[in-house]
Amino acid sequence: MEKRRTKLKKKAVYARKLKRATHLLFYRRHKKPGVKGWELRKRLGSDYPKVLGILDSYLENLDLQVKTVFEEESTVEKPTLEQLDRARFYIVLRGGLTPKESKMMGWRIDDIAGLVTAIAYITSKKGKAPREEVEKLLRDKLPGWRVDINMNRYIKSGYLAEDENKQLYLDWRTRAEIDQKLLVDLLLGIESGKITS
Amino acid sequence: MSTKRQKKKLGTEHLQRVIDLCKSVEGKGLDPFVVDVDDIIHIVREYFPEWESPEELCLDAEAVHELASLIKLQSDWVKHRSTSLYTDPFLLEEKIRKMNKIELANLFLKIWHPIIELEQISPNSLLEAIKYWHNLIPLDERWLKTTTPEVETGTATREELYEQRILAEKAFSIELETFWTELKQRVGKEGKIRYWDFVGADTYEETINRAYMTSFLITYGYATLEVHRLEEEMFIKPYEKQVSILGKNQLVSIPVSVSVDEWTKWKKGEQN
Repeated sequence: MEKRRTKLKKKAVYARKLKRATHLLFYRRHKKPGVKGWELRKRLGSDYPKVLGILDSYLENLDLQVKTVFEEESTVEKPTLEQLDRARFYIVLRGGLTPKESKMMGWRIDDIAGLVTAIAYITSKKGKAPREEVEKLLRDKLPGWRVDINMNRYIKSGYLAEDENKQLYLDWRTRAEIDQKLLVDLLLGIESGKITS
Repeated sequence: MSTKRQKKKLGTEHLQRVIDLCKSVEGKGLDPFVVDVDDIIHIVREYFPEWESPEELCLDAEAVHELASLIKLQSDWVKHRSTSLYTDPFLLEEKIRKMNKIELANLFLKIWHPIIELEQISPNSLLEAIKYWHNLIPLDERWLKTTTPEVETGTATREELYEQRILAEKAFSIELETFWTELKQRVGKEGKIRYWDFVGADTYEETINRAYMTSFLITYGYATLEVHRLEEEMFIKPYEKQVSILGKNQLVSIPVSVSVDEWTKWKKGEQN
C-alpha cells in the first residue's frame, strides 16, 4: 500500500514537471526561442534530462521532438551535465514537410532554394565562407537584385550570421532546424532529378 | 658590425612577412597547408640569436604565436576532413549548380525541422496592461508645458540680490578670514575648542553655514581637526598662520554629521 502511494506521488510530481517543461519549451520567453539547460534545471530540478526524455516520448505521437543543440559541437554522444546546462533545447518537427506544407513557411521557392544552397556551401567550407562567394553562387540562379535581399533575410531570420569581415557563418536557427549531415549526404548521394517529395 | 645590422634588418623583414602570411591565411580562410611550417620554424630559429632589444623579441614572439595559430588551423582542418560533414566544396558546388530550384526546395524540406513555438498573451498580463492603461496620463497632460507668468522688467537693488543669495555680502576669502579670527579668539588656553561648541548656533541653518565654513578653514590650512576616537570627541585647533598642507601628507576626509538630531542634542546640553 505504502509502495503504491509513493509511486503515485512520484507520478504526480513528474506530471507537474512535464506540464512546466511544456510551458517553458513551447512558449517563447526570450528574444530567441528555446530554453537553456541551466534554466530548465532551475525550474524543473536536476532531473530535467529525464523529464525532457518523457516529454520527447509523448511528443513522438504528434511528430514533434525535443531537440538539443550543444554549444560547440553539433552532436555529443554522451553529454555531461555541464554540456547539457550550456545547451539550448527546442521543440521541433520530428519528420519532414511535404512540398504542399512548405507554403506555411511563407517563403517563395526561390528563397528556400537560395537558403539551402547557402547553407550547403557554408557547411562544405567548414562553417565559414565569404559573403561574396555565396552571393556569386546564388546569382547563378537568382536575379542579382534578389540575392542581396535574400541574404539579408537569411541573416535576419537567424539562419546565417555575418561578421565585420563579410564572412558568413551558420547561425543558431540552422543549428536548431537543419540536419546538416543529411543535407550533405542527400546532396552527394542523389543524382540530379532524383530528389522528389 | 654593419653585417650584423644588415642581418637584423633582413630578419625583421622576414618575421614581419611570416606574421602577415599567417594572418592572411586565417583572415581569408585559405587552406592552412599552403604554408610550409618547417620553413618558417627554420627562419625563426635562424634569426633568434640576433635579437637583443625588447621590440625585436616581441616581434619574434608574435611570429611564433601566429605560427601556433596556423598549426591550430591545420589541426582543425584535418579534424573537419575526418568528420562526415566534410565534402569537397567544388564537388558540392557542382552538384548545386546542376539542381533546379524545385529540387533544391524539396531537398530543404527533407532536412528542415522547424522550431515549434507560440506567443500568447495571458489573462494576467491583460489585466496588468489594462491597469497600466487606466493609470497612464494622457499625452497632452504629460507633455503640458509649464508656463511661467509674465513679469514686467524692472531693476533690483543690491540688498535684494543679497536676500536672494545671488550676490554674497562679502567676498568668500574675506568671510573665511573673519571666521578664522573668530575661531582664534574663541579657543582657550588649550588652543582648541570642541567642534560643536564652535559650529553650533541658535538656528539649525546658521549651524549648517558654520559647519560649511569650518570645513573650508580645515581644507585651506587655517585650522586642523583633533579627533579623539575613544572619547568620541572632536576639537578644532586654529593655526597662527595659514599652513600649506598640500603635498606634505596624505589628505584624509573626515565626515561629520551635522543633522537636526545632533544639533538638538547639542542645544539641550548647552542649555543644561
